[in-house]
Amino acid sequence: MADGKPTSAAGMGLYSCHVCSKVSRAPSFSRPAHCPRCGTLLHFRKPRSIARCWAFLLAGYILYIPANVLTMMETGSLISYRKDTIISGVIHLWNNGNKVIALIVFIASITIPLLKLISLTLLLVTVQRRSTWQPRQRTRLYRMVELIGRWSMLDVYVVTLLAALVQLGNMAVVKAGPAAVAFGAVVVLTMLASMEFDPRLIWDPIQKEEVHD
Amino acid sequence: MATEPVKLIACHDCDLLQREIDLKPGCTATCRRCGSVLYRRATDSINRTLAFTVAASVFFLIANIFPIFAIRAQGDYSAITLFESVQSLWNQGMKPVSTVVFLTAMVAPAVELASMGYLLVPIKLGRLPRRYVFLMQTLRYVQPWGMIEVLMLGVLVSIVKLTQNFKVIPGVALWSFGILTLLLAAVAACFSPRDVWERLDEGERAKNAAASGRQLQPGEKTRAAHG
Ligand SMILES: [Zn+2]
Ligand SMILES: [Zn+2]
Repeated sequence: MADGKPTSAAGMGLYSCHVCSKVSRAPSFSRPAHCPRCGTLLHFRKPRSIARCWAFLLAGYILYIPANVLTMMETGSLISYRKDTIISGVIHLWNNGNKVIALIVFIASITIPLLKLISLTLLLVTVQRRSTWQPRQRTRLYRMVELIGRWSMLDVYVVTLLAALVQLGNMAVVKAGPAAVAFGAVVVLTMLASMEFDPRLIWDPIQKEEVHD
Repeated sequence: MATEPVKLIACHDCDLLQREIDLKPGCTATCRRCGSVLYRRATDSINRTLAFTVAASVFFLIANIFPIFAIRAQGDYSAITLFESVQSLWNQGMKPVSTVVFLTAMVAPAVELASMGYLLVPIKLGRLPRRYVFLMQTLRYVQPWGMIEVLMLGVLVSIVKLTQNFKVIPGVALWSFGILTLLLAAVAACFSPRDVWERLDEGERAKNAAASGRQLQPGEKTRAAHG
């Protein structure tokens, strides 16, 4: 640090607390370290970050299929009855309703989950290959994934509100379909996957330091 | 302590070790290697965060008590609150989805606001909050799961979909959710964990000094202990 050469905290044997950000020296013996300020159990890197992230991500990929193939919402009235998947719902909204809203739903329910799955896969693969390619851009990609992930919950809320509201009347029925369960699970699983991913792993190969734990 | 030791901070995104510098209020320190935000010095952080938290709590209650919207179609009239729609989904056999909605739209924001209150009111009164470590940990883990702003957008999309077939009457909670979204954004913008930890450290030092029976010098940091 003093001579301007970038140094990671872990490379210096220093822990950075993930709760209070305090930097502290690792104890001399290899026993579990706790933060001197807040007592949180410390790790140099999130423990088993890559394995856990893959686990959540693969579960997300698997459930992404039923989320898009099965029925998201059934709407029926005296004159019409339709079963919509996520995609057909967006197309129906585009043709019969508001194009701006259709676009918002398209971004939240189709673009963002796909972007998240692909981005996390890219991050995991490059980290596992100890790639030194574009670390700054990859860190930025990770921050974006964390920032936008929550917005894909949109359709789950819409289905919840519509299904509850239209239940009472006998003129029309709106029912949530099985895709709602799968889709909700995809959103939660990809959020968990991005929380488990440790962006510091992107930078570790650049410093050529082996960091354990 | 004659000289203050150099304070170090490690970037959460790339682990680069850097020297902490004092910031002017309203400024942000970013990592010199990856560009992530290291820390901020928010303007009047504790007072403002507390004010927005209190206001947000009031609107959170209103938003949960009153109906979000109602529909009218050929004599049928139905209105729902957020919790009723969660219940309705549960009764339709959509228990996992209902649980996720309940946790993200109701529990997480409630826990966040309550923790903020329990943390900031004692600090404001010049006391050290009880179990503050637990509160800070809770805030850190709960914050990503509160999704009021997404719910707000969901309400708007629902209204647009409903107006195709029904007459939609907006409820009190609709406006409350809108205001709540803005207030929660304000809370997030004003809250600076680093500033809070600094106050907690000062409080802890003052407490230790008092416990050891040592007389505090007038120049020493006693702000946290005496308001
Ligand atoms: Zn700590
Ligand atoms: Zn950095």
